[in-house]
Amino acid sequence: MMAAAGVGQQWVLVEMVQAFYEAPAYHLILEGILILWIIRLLFSKTYKLQERSDLTPKEKEELIEEWQPEPLVPPVSKDHPALNYSVVSGPPSHKIIVNGKECINFASFNFLGLLDNERVKNAAQASLKKYGVGTCGPRGFYGTFDVHLELEDRLAKFMRTEESIMYSYGFATIASAIPAYSKRGDIVFVDEAACFAIQKGLQASRSNIKLFKHNDMADLEQLLKEQELEDQKNPRKARVTRRFILAEGLYMNTGDICPLPELIKLKYKYKVRIFLEESLSFGVLGEHGRGVTEHFGINIDDIDLISANMENSLASIGGFCCGRSFVIDHQRLSGQGYCFSASLPPLLAAAAIEALNIMEENPDIFQVLREKCKRIHKALQRISGLVVVGESFSPALHLQLEETTGSRENDMKLLKRIVDYCMNRGIALTQARYLEKEEKCLPPPSIRVVVTVEQTEQELDNAALIIREAAQSVLN
Amino acid sequence: TKNGISNGGLYKRPFNEHFEQAPMYVAVFTYLGFGVGTLFGYLRDFMRAWGLEKCHLATEREEQKDFVPLYQDFENFYTRNLYMRIRDNWNRPICSVPGPQFDLMERVTDDFNWTFRFTGRCIKDVINMGSYNYLGFAETDANALKTVADVLQRYGTGVCSTRQEMGNIDKHVELENLVARFLDVEAAMVFGMGFATNSMNIPALVGKGCLILSDELNHTSLVLGARLSGATIRVFKHNNMQSLEKLLRDAIAHGQPRSHRAWKKILILVEGIYSMEGSIVRLPEIVTLKKKYKAYLYLDEAHSIGAVGPTGRGVVEYFGMDPDDVDVLMGTFTKSFGAAGGYIAGKKELVDFLRTHSHSATYATSMCPPVAEQIIRAMKCVMGLDGTTQGLQRVCQLSENTRYFRQRLHEMGFIVYGNDDSPVVPLLLYMPGKIGAFARRMLDKNIGVVVVGFPATPIGESRARFCVSAAHTREMLDTVSGADVLMKLTSDGKGAGRSYKSVALNLSNSFCICFS
Repeated sequence: MMAAAGVGQQWVLVEMVQAFYEAPAYHLILEGILILWIIRLLFSKTYKLQERSDLTPKEKEELIEEWQPEPLVPPVSKDHPALNYSVVSGPPSHKIIVNGKECINFASFNFLGLLDNERVKNAAQASLKKYGVGTCGPRGFYGTFDVHLELEDRLAKFMRTEESIMYSYGFATIASAIPAYSKRGDIVFVDEAACFAIQKGLQASRSNIKLFKHNDMADLEQLLKEQELEDQKNPRKARVTRRFILAEGLYMNTGDICPLPELIKLKYKYKVRIFLEESLSFGVLGEHGRGVTEHFGINIDDIDLISANMENSLASIGGFCCGRSFVIDHQRLSGQGYCFSASLPPLLAAAAIEALNIMEENPDIFQVLREKCKRIHKALQRISGLVVVGESFSPALHLQLEETTGSRENDMKLLKRIVDYCMNRGIALTQARYLEKEEKCLPPPSIRVVVTVEQTEQELDNAALIIREAAQSVLN
Repeated sequence: TKNGISNGGLYKRPFNEHFEQAPMYVAVFTYLGFGVGTLFGYLRDFMRAWGLEKCHLATEREEQKDFVPLYQDFENFYTRNLYMRIRDNWNRPICSVPGPQFDLMERVTDDFNWTFRFTGRCIKDVINMGSYNYLGFAETDANALKTVADVLQRYGTGVCSTRQEMGNIDKHVELENLVARFLDVEAAMVFGMGFATNSMNIPALVGKGCLILSDELNHTSLVLGARLSGATIRVFKHNNMQSLEKLLRDAIAHGQPRSHRAWKKILILVEGIYSMEGSIVRLPEIVTLKKKYKAYLYLDEAHSIGAVGPTGRGVVEYFGMDPDDVDVLMGTFTKSFGAAGGYIAGKKELVDFLRTHSHSATYATSMCPPVAEQIIRAMKCVMGLDGTTQGLQRVCQLSENTRYFRQRLHEMGFIVYGNDDSPVVPLLLYMPGKIGAFARRMLDKNIGVVVVGFPATPIGESRARFCVSAAHTREMLDTVSGADVLMKLTSDGKGAGRSYKSVALNLSNSFCICFS
C-alpha cells in the first residue's frame, strides 16, 4: 500500500498515520526488525581490515621471535671513494695545505677571496667580543639580534628588493623555502640538473614535480601546454593549483646559465611563478654582483623569489631569500628551517655584512673574476681526454672524461688519479661528490675547477698546464 | 596523567613527572576565549573585505593579479586575527650576549602590531628566562674566548666547501674525536646545523620498507627527516611504553601493510628532553623494549646533552646506562655549549656509513672553525680537561637551580609540567588572553619570558616556558618566581581556589584577547 503511493504524490501527515494503522502485522514486524538491525550496525565496533588478525597469541610470539632485522647500516668498504676525507690544515684559503702538501686552492668556492680578508675577520672579532658565539635560541625566542636585522636589511637593499629573510644554513634555505609555498597538489616545473637541496625541498613539499630537460625551453613550453590542456578539463581545480618554475642562476652540476628572458616570457604567458636559486651567481654575475637578473637586465620584481646561500661569494655560513614582502614575509611563520632552528651566530652575520660592504665598494672585482674564468676556460680547452663543462664566465667548472670507460667506478678512479697527480704538484682539486642512489638525474663523474679572484694569471696558466700533463699521463 | 615512578628495578633513581590536569572551569574559559577571538576575527575580516577597515597586509603585484593566488585566505585566518594581536611577544630583538641577563631593543607599534618601530633605546639587564643557555657558555669573557678569537684570526669565518670535497678541516677532526670521548662511544661526526643533522641523516639510515616509530611530541626536524626518508611512520603516545610495545608487536607480527613482507628495520625516534613538555624520555624501558624486539634506537639529545646527568653527559648518564645501548646518539651544540651545529655518535660502522652516505657530508657546507673551537673549549671545560672544576660546577649549579625553581613554582601552586630534573620548565597559562598579558607584564618587570600557544602546543594548553641556566643566581630566580604578576594572572594552581575573584579574572582574561 505504501509502494502504491508512487512518485509525484504529496504525502499528507494524516494519510501517513492512517496507512500505519491499516498496514498488515507482518509488514510492521519486518520494518521493525530492519530498523533494529540498522541501529545495531551503527553502534557496533568497526573493524579495520588491517587489524583483522587471524594470528593466535602463540603464533604472534613465534613471528616476533623469528624476525631478524637488517643491520642498522650496511658495511662500508675501506676504499669507498668518499670515505677518506682530505684533511685541510689551517684555513682553506688561496694557499691551502691539504694532507700535508702545500697547494694553490682550486677547489673551495671562495670566489671573491673574502675568506681570509682582514676587514671581514676584524668585523667578526668585534662581534665575538660583543655577542659571544652562539645565539642560544630560534628567531622567535630571543634569537633575533640587531646584526641579523641589519644583515637582512642590507641584503634587501643590495638586491634592490623589499625584504629578505635569513637562514642559518645554506642547504636549509631553498629546502625550507619551497615547501612553504608549494603544497600537496601544486605543480612545480623544475630543471633536470637542479641541485640536491632543491630536490629535497621538492620532496618535502609533496607537490607534483615535472622535470624538463636541462635548459630546454621548448621542452618546458611543451609541459606547460600539456598542463594548460589539463586545466581546461578541470577549471575549478586549476583555479586553486599553484604553479612554479624552479631554476638556478648558474647551475652547480653543469656550470650553465639559465635562459632567464625566455623564462620570464613563459611566466607571463602561462601564469606561472618563478623561483630562482642563485647560490653560484650571487656575487659573480652582473655589473654589481647582483646575480643573473642584473646580468640579463631584468626587473627584479619579475622574479617571485630569489634564494641564495652566503657560503660561496660572501665566505660566511647561511643563506637568504629575497623578494617582495608579500612573498617573503610568509616564510617567517612557515619556513621550517627559520622557525624551528637556532639563528645564525652573530659573528658570521657580522662577517657577511662586512663582505657585503667590500662587494659594494669594489664593483670591479666581478669583472676581474669573469676575466679569470674566461682565461682558464680557454686554457683548459683541447686537453685530450677531458671535456670542459660550463659557461666561459662561470667560476665553477667541471672537467669530465671525454670517453667513459663504461663503469662509473672506473671513471672515478681515473679522475682520482688525475686529482692526485695535480695535488702532488701543488694544485688542489677535488672530484664533484654526489649521492649516487639519491640523485634524480645523476651527473657524470667530474673534477671541479673553481676560479677565485685571488688566483694570479700565472697560477691559472700553470694549473692548466699541470692538468694537461696529468690527463696525458693518466689517460694515455 | 603520566605520574610515573619506577617500573620494577629498571630505574636507579626516582622518576617524577607530573602533567596535572586543569580544573574544568579553566578549560571552559579557554575555549570561550578562543571562541570570542574567532568571532571577532570573522568580524574584522568582514570589515576588511568591505573596505570599512584599512587592510595592512601586503598584496600581490598588479601584473600578477590574475595568477593563481599564492595563499588561501583561510590558511592565514589564525595568523591575521589571533596571532597578530599578540605578535609583539615574539621575535624580540636583543643587542647583547644572551647570557643570564640581556639587553632588549625597545620596540613600539603604532598600528596594533602590524608594523614595529625601534625607538633606539635599549632595555638594559632584562633577566633572560628564554634562551637555551643551560650551562652558561653564552659569555663574552675575553679569557674564556681567547682560543676562539685565535682560531677566528687564523682560519677566518667561511669554509666554502663540503666535508667530502675540500671542507674537512683539522678542527673538525679534533672536535669529532673530542665528542666521541665525551660521550664514551667509538666515533662521532659533526654537522653545521642541528636541524639539518636530523633532516639529512635519518633519510640516510632508513628508507622504503623500514618502519619508524616516533613519539607524538617529536621536534619538527625529526618529523621532517622521517618523512623525507620514505619509511612508514607510526606514532606512539608521548612517553607511553604500553603504546610503543603494542605498536612493536603489531608491526613485527603483521609486517608491511598490504604485502605483509617483513620490515627491513625498525627505528624508534625519541628525544632526551622534550622542549615543550619538559619531560624526560623513559630510557631504561625503551632500551629493554628495543632489545626484546630487536629494534634500533635514535635518541635526539638536543636539550639534554650537557644539561642532565651528574657530569653533563645527557640522559644516558642520568639513568646510569651504557651508551652502547643506544644505537644512534644525536645532539646539538646550540643549547648547552653556546655554539651551533649538531653531531651523531655511535659505533664506528655507523659513523663511517654517515661519512659516505649522509646528505650533509656530500652537499652541505661544513661547520665553520671558530664555532668548532667554541664547542671544543666548552666541552673541555665540562670534561675538566682545562684543568679546572668549572665545568662540573656549572653542571651542579644548573641542577640546583632547576630543583629550586621548580620547587618554588610548585609551592606557589602553579601547574608546571615535566620532570623534576628537567631545566625546561613549562608553566601552564591555558587562556589565550593570558599569553599576551603575561609576557608583556613580565617585560615591564624586566624579565624576558617565552610564551607558546597554538599551533606549537595543543589549543587548550598555552604555556610560558622558562629555561633555567647555570648562570642564573638565586636572586634572579627569586625575582622571577616572586614577580607578583605571576600571582595575579596565573591563578590556576591548587592554592588559587574557585573564588569569585579568580573566576571574574579568568573571564576577563578570556575576553582580553580581543582587545589586546
